[in-house]
Amino acid sequence: MPMLEVNNIHTYYGNIHALKGVSLKVEQGEIVSLIGGNGAGKTTTLRTISGALKPREGNIIFEGEDLGKRKPHQIVHKGIAMVPEGRRIFARMTVMENLEMGAYIRKDKKKIAEDLEWVFELLPRLKERRKQVGGTLSGGEQQMLATARALMTRPRLLLMDEPSMGLAPVLVEAIFDTIVRINKEGTTLLLVEQNALMALSVANRGYVLETGDIVMHDTGEALKKNEKVQKAYLGVE
Amino acid sequence: MFRTWRQRVTFSDIMVWIIGLAIGVVVVWGTISTIQSGKYSAESWFDLIVKGLALGGVYALIAMGYTLVYGILRMINFAHSEVFMSGPVTAVFLANALAASGFLNKQPLLSILAIALLSMLVSMTVAILVERIAYRPLRNAPRLVPLITAIGASFFLQYTFRGFYGSGFQAYPTIDALAGSWKIGTVQLYKTQAVVIMAAIVLMFLLYAIVMWSKLGKAMRAVSEDREAAALMGIDADKIIVFTFALGGAAAGIGGILYILLFPIAHFYMGFIPGLKAFTAAVLGGIGNVPGAFLGSMVLGLIESLGPNLFLDGLGIPNASQLKDALAFIILVFILIFRPSGILGERTAQTKA
Repeated sequence: MPMLEVNNIHTYYGNIHALKGVSLKVEQGEIVSLIGGNGAGKTTTLRTISGALKPREGNIIFEGEDLGKRKPHQIVHKGIAMVPEGRRIFARMTVMENLEMGAYIRKDKKKIAEDLEWVFELLPRLKERRKQVGGTLSGGEQQMLATARALMTRPRLLLMDEPSMGLAPVLVEAIFDTIVRINKEGTTLLLVEQNALMALSVANRGYVLETGDIVMHDTGEALKKNEKVQKAYLGVE
Repeated sequence: MFRTWRQRVTFSDIMVWIIGLAIGVVVVWGTISTIQSGKYSAESWFDLIVKGLALGGVYALIAMGYTLVYGILRMINFAHSEVFMSGPVTAVFLANALAASGFLNKQPLLSILAIALLSMLVSMTVAILVERIAYRPLRNAPRLVPLITAIGASFFLQYTFRGFYGSGFQAYPTIDALAGSWKIGTVQLYKTQAVVIMAAIVLMFLLYAIVMWSKLGKAMRAVSEDREAAALMGIDADKIIVFTFALGGAAAGIGGILYILLFPIAHFYMGFIPGLKAFTAAVLGGIGNVPGAFLGSMVLGLIESLGPNLFLDGLGIPNASQLKDALAFIILVFILIFRPSGILGERTAQTKA
């Protein structure tokens, strides 16, 4: 049984039909990338899974349970966390407070302290800045903070929306290294990216989304070699 | 690229500066002529300052409710003055019962705590009910809608409490332990005012600590910054909003008892003026900002108490202290003109207006 099963979801913004029957699967332990152009519905797909948007049709099954009626904050309790587009860190709170908010739903203080050590080890820059206010961090550091904050919820499935957006190439590599490490240490990932090359390089499998519909689905490697994908998303002539 | 200063300055800017300058001149002139006249002694100034701080302390506790709710919902809870009123108009019955049994003067501290606790619980309950019944169903409505509902809720509460307790004035019993004053050198310090100032400072610090350092307080700040991101942390915004109303209501309820120590009469309409003043104070300090609410309230209390004697008296205005309410609202108008974000409010005024 796949960990996450998205079956034929249709999501609307008002009258705009944004997702026209998206179906995808994520198996335990995988990295799955969702690529596509602007307005293809990548973010909408993630926001529908995280509960911020409700699908009008179709269903989302996580670990055998239908998430249909759940509110966003309840979905976090089920074990799905999200690093939202544009990071959305709490800019007026310190790095530490942001991480504490990540651990909001958890009670076990000892485990929280352990996980804090773990994210600081994963992203040592955050440890240096832990007393700094979120809004004063650089873009890369904010991305690290948003990732660390989501990890503090101890998710089994982590959704990441455009983690490389607006970052310098060196930082993009660092972020993807982190993503691979997070995955190796046991978190399943569903990744949405404009940077298709990076996204497909780290992914076990990939989906290509176009105007609200999945048009291709294959392993990451195979998609990277696919001519259409190369032309449309990898800039190969 | 940049326009010259001549192009940037508009006619209304000039008018605003002229008005501002004129007020400055009037205030300074009034102040100088009052001080020169030597009408008031140092003792009476001390008196006015203490009175101002005591009033400011009460305003601060009420202002917390406005500022916390605004921070999280971007909405002015105009029913908050009735949340404030509901506590003391109910607790007066306990106070009178305690006085009749003689317990009030035997155990003044315990009695005041019991009265304050009752007032706090009533105000808190009313605040939570208002949120649940009047605001939550309108969470996604345009912003004007809950504002109108707030005014409706305010009238509803006023007349409900009038229905419960009648339209008369209910006098609180005097507490012997707090009657009179301490003499420090040549000045007199009224016991009630001293108690009110101390209690208000302690409570404001406690509220600040809750907002800054408790888990719920932090979650409250997270929700007020970004509700959707907070939901991604598993924070239930509805629960946090209830907590916010409860905290603001509790502060107002205790503030109500401090207000009663200064003006020991309760009635169904008593919330209106202090509520508006506390709202003014919250805007003055920068609405949405907790230290701002405290600072704005103290400044407003002082201006209200000192202002009439300090700069209106010197201008030859008779019975200047009768104009203290007018002064408070003139200040509101001027903040809105000159510094709409308030003293400490720069950061909050910019976020998702």
